[in-house]
Amino acid sequence: MTDTALDIRASAGSQARAEALTGPNGPKPRPIISPRNIMIYGTLFVVSVYYLLPLYVMIMTSVKGMPEIRMGNIFSPPLEITFQPWVKAWAEACTGLNCEGLSRGFWNSVRITIPSVIVSIAIASVNGYALANWRFKGANIFFTILIFGAFVPYQVMLYPIVILLREAGLYGSLTGLVIVHTIFGMPILTLLFRNYFSSLPEELFKAARVDGAGFWGIYFKIMLPMSLPIFVVAMILQITGIWNDFLFGVVYTRPENYPMTVQLNNIVNSVQGVKEYNVNMAATVLTGLVPLIVYFVSGKLFVRGIAAGAVKG
Amino acid sequence: MDRAGRPNQLFRNLNAKIASIPMVLTAVVIFTGATLWTVVYSFTNSRLLPRLEFVGFDQYERLWSSSRWIVSIQNIMIYGTLSLTFSLVIGFVLAAFLDQKVRFENTFRTIFLYPFALSFIVTGLVWQWILNPEFGIQSVVRSWGWENFVFDPLYNQSLVLYGLLIAGLWQGTGLVMCLMLAGLRGIDEEIWKASRVDGIPVWKTYLFIIIPMMRPVFITTLVLIASGIVRLYDLVVAQTSGGPGIASEVPAKYVYDSLFLRQNLAQGFAGSTMMLLTVLIVLIPWAYLEFGGKKRD
Repeated sequence: MTDTALDIRASAGSQARAEALTGPNGPKPRPIISPRNIMIYGTLFVVSVYYLLPLYVMIMTSVKGMPEIRMGNIFSPPLEITFQPWVKAWAEACTGLNCEGLSRGFWNSVRITIPSVIVSIAIASVNGYALANWRFKGANIFFTILIFGAFVPYQVMLYPIVILLREAGLYGSLTGLVIVHTIFGMPILTLLFRNYFSSLPEELFKAARVDGAGFWGIYFKIMLPMSLPIFVVAMILQITGIWNDFLFGVVYTRPENYPMTVQLNNIVNSVQGVKEYNVNMAATVLTGLVPLIVYFVSGKLFVRGIAAGAVKG
Repeated sequence: MDRAGRPNQLFRNLNAKIASIPMVLTAVVIFTGATLWTVVYSFTNSRLLPRLEFVGFDQYERLWSSSRWIVSIQNIMIYGTLSLTFSLVIGFVLAAFLDQKVRFENTFRTIFLYPFALSFIVTGLVWQWILNPEFGIQSVVRSWGWENFVFDPLYNQSLVLYGLLIAGLWQGTGLVMCLMLAGLRGIDEEIWKASRVDGIPVWKTYLFIIIPMMRPVFITTLVLIASGIVRLYDLVVAQTSGGPGIASEVPAKYVYDSLFLRQNLAQGFAGSTMMLLTVLIVLIPWAYLEFGGKKRD
């Protein structure tokens, strides 16, 4: 017994000597299980549960039948998986007298989002390019107004825009909504592109000018190919932003053109009929699906997008 | 460069000017014109249609004697204060934890940020379901044996704001965390080494060195959250529709309802002008701090 104890002590001693010979490498190693780590990982884990819970509940509820929902608890996994609520939410759920389901809202949102994203990015990128490389007198005044305008509550501008759109014969149409999204996307996108183009080396621009390229030539042949990442960031920002919009959709479109978010709210918060919670949750998941896919696919670029959006230049 | 021939100031750099037309129109017509239009018409007695019959401050008097508006303002103050405090504190603490070279940092960040990709409508509806007293948390806890457990914030006038807060924080804290994390990563390693050499405890280093150094990040985040709070609308519509009673009404909803449901345009304009005023109170000091000091740009 004493032998083994001695052995251990001896081996430990030799180990320590070996370490002392090679010298410490890198930072002092921290024990994996320390109070500090337990606190950090514990907190992060608990918070993660709080963050993941709604997604879990949403999906679980959407694949349960109504009898099971009435009997059981919302956190338990389904005993029997059914996709009936999804089918119903997509094709049969009612808003008022219309019973076409969310599919109509989905296609409306697609028809709103695609042109809005393209138009707003096209305008803002050219604009940012003009501000970064072709400064003219007074440009900064308008740019400052634009940035400050981003903070004005939308409610202040809602009604005058209704009048403008009505005068143009666009009130209630999808085109009108596309214009509105282009307008309100402009401050952040212009800022994004202006900052990006300003960060590109100026020599490039000067060389192109010496070679005789003009405003559009430089934009299409040099700036555009060099700034694909920032275009992706802008697209992520706009797709999620426009898809998630509720206020503009409800104000500037007629019921048959309502985007998905508005229709979802009308389906779930309608007062008539028996509440079908599984259908409601399926509809909610369906509406959140597009931005979630964009988020999970884009990963780091999404973070970059919101950071660019948040930190003013 | 272009000293040779100078035909006309207006045509210099013409393409850039053409490219800026949408920006100029937006800045002048929408952001300036439409805002001024609303402010002017808030002094009229427009109801169904805008009319230029000035009535002085009548609309504002009516606004401030309306109990619904008073409740809306109180709500947004309470919600705003709590939301600002909690999202800054939680966001910073989470960021500080994630900054400790934790494993799975990306996984944690992805989890904390994904609600931010979802709309307020989706957020509101999910939490409406989880907080539903018949099926949600309350019923689950009751089924565990606490028969008298009560947790129904969305059906209780004095608690409904906290129900909104739970959902709002769930959606927005991830963004704050991300900004804070970016701020923390921007702090020089040397600062940490110096404070460690001086034997300053970690929490003190955060409180007295790191946070003051991150002032710009905090201010930007503050402005961002604050301007979001003033706009709070979708979440309330989806989660509570302003109920129970008028307990969770907010100014943005008051304005929308006056404009589009109650045919009381000038009331809506007066309400939105008050919202604008609030934003200016937040924005002007910030702009002064941010741009006032330096002359350039």
